[in-house]
Amino acid sequence: MYSEKVLDHFQNPRNVGEIENPDGVGQAGNPKCGDIMKIYLRVENEVITDIKFKTFGCASAIASSSMATELVKGRNIDEAWNLTNSAVAEALDGLPPVKMHCSVLAEEAIHAAINDYRRRKGLPVLEGKEYDHEHDHAHQH
Amino acid sequence: MSRQVYLDYAATTFTAPEVVSAMTPYFTQSFGNPSSIYSFSESNRKAMGIARQQVADVLGAAKEEIFFTSGGTEADNWALKGVAWRNRSKGNHVITTKIEHHAVLHTAQFLQENGFEVTYLDVDAEGRVRLEDLKNAVTEKTILVSVMFANNEIGTIQPIAEIGAFCREKGIIFHTDAVQAVAHVPIDVKAMNIDLLSLSAHKFYGPKGVGALYVRKGIKIDNFMHGGGQERGKRATTENVAGIVGLGAAIELTASRMKDASSRVGKLRNMLIDGVMKVIPHAKLNGAPVSERLPNNSNFSFIGIEGETLLLDLDGAGIYASTGSACSSGSLDPSHVLMAIGLSHEQAHGSLRMTLGEETSEEDIRYVLSVLPAIVERRRAMSPLWEDFLKNTQGGK
Repeated sequence: MYSEKVLDHFQNPRNVGEIENPDGVGQAGNPKCGDIMKIYLRVENEVITDIKFKTFGCASAIASSSMATELVKGRNIDEAWNLTNSAVAEALDGLPPVKMHCSVLAEEAIHAAINDYRRRKGLPVLEGKEYDHEHDHAHQH
Repeated sequence: MSRQVYLDYAATTFTAPEVVSAMTPYFTQSFGNPSSIYSFSESNRKAMGIARQQVADVLGAAKEEIFFTSGGTEADNWALKGVAWRNRSKGNHVITTKIEHHAVLHTAQFLQENGFEVTYLDVDAEGRVRLEDLKNAVTEKTILVSVMFANNEIGTIQPIAEIGAFCREKGIIFHTDAVQAVAHVPIDVKAMNIDLLSLSAHKFYGPKGVGALYVRKGIKIDNFMHGGGQERGKRATTENVAGIVGLGAAIELTASRMKDASSRVGKLRNMLIDGVMKVIPHAKLNGAPVSERLPNNSNFSFIGIEGETLLLDLDGAGIYASTGSACSSGSLDPSHVLMAIGLSHEQAHGSLRMTLGEETSEEDIRYVLSVLPAIVERRRAMSPLWEDFLKNTQGGK
C-alpha cells in the first residue's frame, strides 16, 4: 500500500517536536477528518533554519509532514511558500490516491506557519491555493 | 523468528485442521454434482444433509429451516430483501439499528431507495438497543425488525430474547445478524423467538465463502437466486459441497468447545483489558462491560493517536489488530458504531480492536502489553491533539 519512503518517514519521522518561542506556527486539518498538522518555524534572515512538526493522523499524514519539513528546511521563506502538495507526494515516491489529502495538509500547514511568521513581521499574508477537504474525501468512497 | 500475534479473530479465523480434513474428500474424490441422480453423487447429498443437521442442532432449529449461502453478507441481503419484498403488501416499514454491519445497513439503504421506510434505532453508550426505542418505532406498517446478535466492533450482546418475544407478540418478522455470535455464545432460535438468522463459517474456524440463513418454518421470504432447484428452489446454484461440509464440521466443533473456549479466551481478554487500562493513561474501553460483550472482544480508544498509525506500529511488532479509524477505510467518517455510542471523532479515529481466539496464549497477551504502551506513548508525543488534551485536562483541574 505504501512506498518504502512513506514507511521510512512514518517509522523514523524527521523534525518531530516543537520549537520554543518560534518565529511562526501554523496548523491545518481537523479532528473530524482524522488529520491535524502543526508546524513550528525558526526563521533567520528570511531563511528557515529550523522546522518542527507535530501530527495527529495516519501513516501518510506523518510521512507527509516529515517529508515537507525536510523539503523546506534551509530554504528561503518565499521558496518554501512554493512547496506544493504534489512535490511532497513525489518526494515520497507517491501516495495512494485516497491519501493525497495528507500531502495537501502538509502544504497548508506550512502556508499557515509562513503566514503566521509574516503576520508577526507585519507583512501582508499570502493567499494559498484553496482545497475542498470534504470534497477530496467524498471522492474516496 | 520474531513473534507473530494474531488478534483479529473477529475479522476471520483460520480454518481448523479437523475441518480441512473433513472437507478434503469433497474436492478430489466425492466431487459429483449433488443434483445428479446417480449413486456417485449420493455421498454428497448425504454430506450436505449432515451439515444441515449440524447447523440446525447448534441453533436449536430444524434441518429444513437451514439454507446455505455464500456467507454472512449474502444471508443478510437475502433476509432483508427477501422478507421486505415478499411482505410488502402488509407494509413498507423496516426497523434496524445504527450499529449493524454494512451488509445490513447498505441493504436497508437499498430498500429505502426502493420505496421502503427504514428506522435506524439509536443505541446507548455501551452499544445496546433499548427495547423501549424499538416499541416506540413500531407502526402498523412495520414488517421486519433486524437487530444484530452481537456487534462486530465492540462486541456488545443485544437483548435478543426480549426483542424476539416482542416481535413475535406483534406479528413482526425478526431477523438477527449473528455472524459474530454463532458458536461463540449460546443461541436458541426457538426460545429466543428468532425468525431469521445469518451466520458465516469463517468466523468459527470454518472456510471462507460459505454461510447460512436460518428461516423459521412458515416465514415468507422471496427466493434469492433463480435457477435450478437447489436449496429447495430458494437459492439456486450448484452447491459448494466442500464448503458446506466445512461449515457443518466447524459449527459442531466450535460449539462443542464453546464453554471452555469462552472461559479461557474470556480470561485472556480480561487480562488484556485490565493491563491496557492500568498501564496506558487515558485509555478508554469502548462497549459494554465484559459480562455483556463477546468473550473475545476488546475495543479501546487512545486519545491523541490515529488508528492506522497504531495498526502499522503494531504490525511492525508482529501484532495484527484492527481499527475503526476512517483512514483504514478511506472514507471521511470513522466507524459508524463508535459514533453511534457517542465517541468524539478523535476518539473514534483513535480506536483499536483486538479480538482473541483459539490460538491466543497468555504469552501473546503479555507480549502485547509489553509493546503497546511504548507505541502509544511515542505516537502521542508527536501528536498536537495529545498536547491539547494534556493542556485542557490540566487546565480543567
